[in-house]
Amino acid sequence: MLTPQGLQQRSDLLQAVRSFFIERAYIEVDTPLRLPVLLPESNLVPFTSENWFLQTSPEQCMKRLLARGCTQIFQICHCFRKEESGRIHQPEFAMLEWYHRGWNYVDLMQECEALLSTLGQRFPRMPGLDPEGMLCRGESRVSLTPPWDRLTVADAFWQYAGVEVDEALKSETFDEVLVTAVEPNLGRERPVFLYDYPIELGSLARRNPNNPRVAERFELYVAGLELANGFSELIDPQEQRFRFSLEIERLRAMGQNAAMPEKFLVDLASVGETAGIALGLDRLFMLFMGGDSVAAAMPFIFEEL
Amino acid sequence: MYTASDLRKGLKIQIDGEPYIVTEFDFSKPGKGQALYRTKMRNMITGIQFTQTYRSNDKFERPNLEERNMQFLYVQDGEYHFMDTVSFEQIFLTKEQLGDNLNFLIDNMEVQVLFFGERPIDITLPTFVNLEVTVADPWAKGDTSGSDTKPVTVQTGFQLQVPPFVEQGDRIQIDTRTGTYITRVKE
Repeated sequence: MLTPQGLQQRSDLLQAVRSFFIERAYIEVDTPLRLPVLLPESNLVPFTSENWFLQTSPEQCMKRLLARGCTQIFQICHCFRKEESGRIHQPEFAMLEWYHRGWNYVDLMQECEALLSTLGQRFPRMPGLDPEGMLCRGESRVSLTPPWDRLTVADAFWQYAGVEVDEALKSETFDEVLVTAVEPNLGRERPVFLYDYPIELGSLARRNPNNPRVAERFELYVAGLELANGFSELIDPQEQRFRFSLEIERLRAMGQNAAMPEKFLVDLASVGETAGIALGLDRLFMLFMGGDSVAAAMPFIFEEL
Repeated sequence: MYTASDLRKGLKIQIDGEPYIVTEFDFSKPGKGQALYRTKMRNMITGIQFTQTYRSNDKFERPNLEERNMQFLYVQDGEYHFMDTVSFEQIFLTKEQLGDNLNFLIDNMEVQVLFFGERPIDITLPTFVNLEVTVADPWAKGDTSGSDTKPVTVQTGFQLQVPPFVEQGDRIQIDTRTGTYITRVKE
């Protein structure tokens, strides 16, 4: 719930995010929220709308726009994920997603650095920043000045949990180790990019040519908070069809319906080398506005409706 | 049955035949990962606490818990006897089961007794109780020590801080959730 003052802060941040991308020659797009088929992702539960779905992310339509020849696009939209609610989750939330043709995930990391440090300089008096411009959350005081840290998933698991990633995957404890042992240590002094995820955890990301066990995927962490997820996009329709088929199998095993997004796969052939990223805007605003939960940065949370 | 997505602070669930209450709860879901329901729970019989992480497909039985109005009758050999105010049935709980509740429990007090099946496992006291002050230092008028409270002992043996004007023999109202003084009461 936001006061008029909080709404003003949120509005200022939204405008600044827009300006950042417009100034960098991105075009803003607004794609449909309601879709007949979703990209199959086994850990997301969508809301249905008649016999269609509310989007869990704008990825599908945005990549189809890239196939039409767009080179730089961004979108600020709402996404819907059933059964996600907690201190930093809401079933309906604001997403910032952007794509850049010709880039890879390393380029996107640098753009993340530019985005957040620009916001920090533009709004030195936001309640989440201290007088020295450091972002404060819990015990963390985070400097937004680039360059930030970069850490592979394998190194992070070994360093913070003493666990090999393959071991964690085999024992099906990857998520648990990540959440309980790794995440709390990430981005305490500077934001950190956790990168090169096991290939099975990046079904829309390109395989790293130098290390085929991992996908070129990263997550941005600030003060222990997961903020954004970026890829070098997988653009090979055959490989994508195969990865989707694995997700569909998992979904069906859980008793959920899933279909192959055929139009998407047709368009994917024309997308070209691209990097793309999704950033949870409510979480970003929560950090700048000094809140402890996303509720502190959102006009309404679902419990208030 | 409850599923993991029903978990929240205060929820009571049954695991391995015993009732538990969720005392802390946090939802997490790493990007592209599974939903994790991290909980801290207390066994409602033994009081033992533990932390556990659950996933979406985990299910829990509802414990058969029931609260009944009962009156405290007497204590004998460490057993505290209560009587159902409707059926006159009598049961007892042990000193260990009652724990800090004993700080405020007096004869004839009406309380809520929690049953797990047939078994009494806990009580809930009235939020406010009136107890007699049995030990209090006299109020030294003109005391300039600056202290605005003083310690007293009430009839159950419980000690608490009260304003200096409270005297031995007074009855005071106490909040049983916090053990703090509320006001002096006239009988």
